[in-house]
Amino acid sequence: MARVVVDVMLKPEILDPQGQAVQRALPRLGFDGVSDVRQGKRFELEVDGPVDEAALARIHDLAESFLANTVIEDFTVKVEEVAEAAK
Amino acid sequence: MTARIGVVTFPGSLDDQDTRRAIRLAGAEPVALWHKDKDLKQVDAVVLPGGFSYGDYLRAGAISRFSPVMESVIAQAKAGLPVLGICNGFQILTEAHLLPGGMLGNDHLHFVCRDQRLRVENARTAWTGDYSEGQEIRVPLKNMDGRYVADRYTLDELEAEGRVAFRYLVDGDAADGYGNPNGSLNDIAGITNEAGNVVGLMPHPEHAVEPLVGSGRTDGLPFFTSILKKLVTA
Repeated sequence: MARVVVDVMLKPEILDPQGQAVQRALPRLGFDGVSDVRQGKRFELEVDGPVDEAALARIHDLAESFLANTVIEDFTVKVEEVAEAAK
Repeated sequence: MTARIGVVTFPGSLDDQDTRRAIRLAGAEPVALWHKDKDLKQVDAVVLPGGFSYGDYLRAGAISRFSPVMESVIAQAKAGLPVLGICNGFQILTEAHLLPGGMLGNDHLHFVCRDQRLRVENARTAWTGDYSEGQEIRVPLKNMDGRYVADRYTLDELEAEGRVAFRYLVDGDAADGYGNPNGSLNDIAGITNEAGNVVGLMPHPEHAVEPLVGSGRTDGLPFFTSILKKLVTA
């Protein structure tokens, strides 16, 4: 079993008012030195069976057509092996 | 014979009833369509109404776009069926890529609900024929995710082809309905596809069709008389 993580972020040129609101709150919390914050989404997909090339290709299609709207967002797909000991 | 205009109900649609009522007031026959049913009941046009289908989960319109009824709507819209998306319906149309660009949260991060002034920029679409170009109207606006965004190339193309159908009027007092209410690029309130059969906008014409209720204005009624005229004379 493996976990596939899909990260979705607004394209860099698109304004992210939520990220800005978070960034503006930081100095009030005594946290200085952060000039920009952008907020995205993370999807964790628990995949049955091996994550082979075919499975990854399907997840890539899913991310492209559904999890992200590529008109306004970029996405990345990465595999996280779930350690045996953690089960 | 009058025209039959379908109104889709998704889980979380709010304005389907008001839209059917507006269609009836304009003299057409409203037909209720259901999101799980691919059958469009041979309607002559379809309206995707406002609301919060699927709670706006993932992105506004993102889940509805994959509903069975949308399979038929997408296929038939590409073949010329007139489709109007209001608010959440507009969001569904961008998610379905029937209209370019995308919708994001209002730039001020608050829900907005007010009477909004607009200018009709394109009176040649299937849904705007009873307006005149440049006409200024006032209809209710109520949304969370009303910020229209698109890349520079798409914006230039929309502008060059006259496909910005409605624009927010920005020069005036906010209390009087002026201003860009959500940070939409180029003050865009609504757009049309190239063929003019698919139109989407954030404000709600179906809430401005009777002098007795709401703002007392009927500035939204021409949407529904336009499509009726177009269908009956076609």
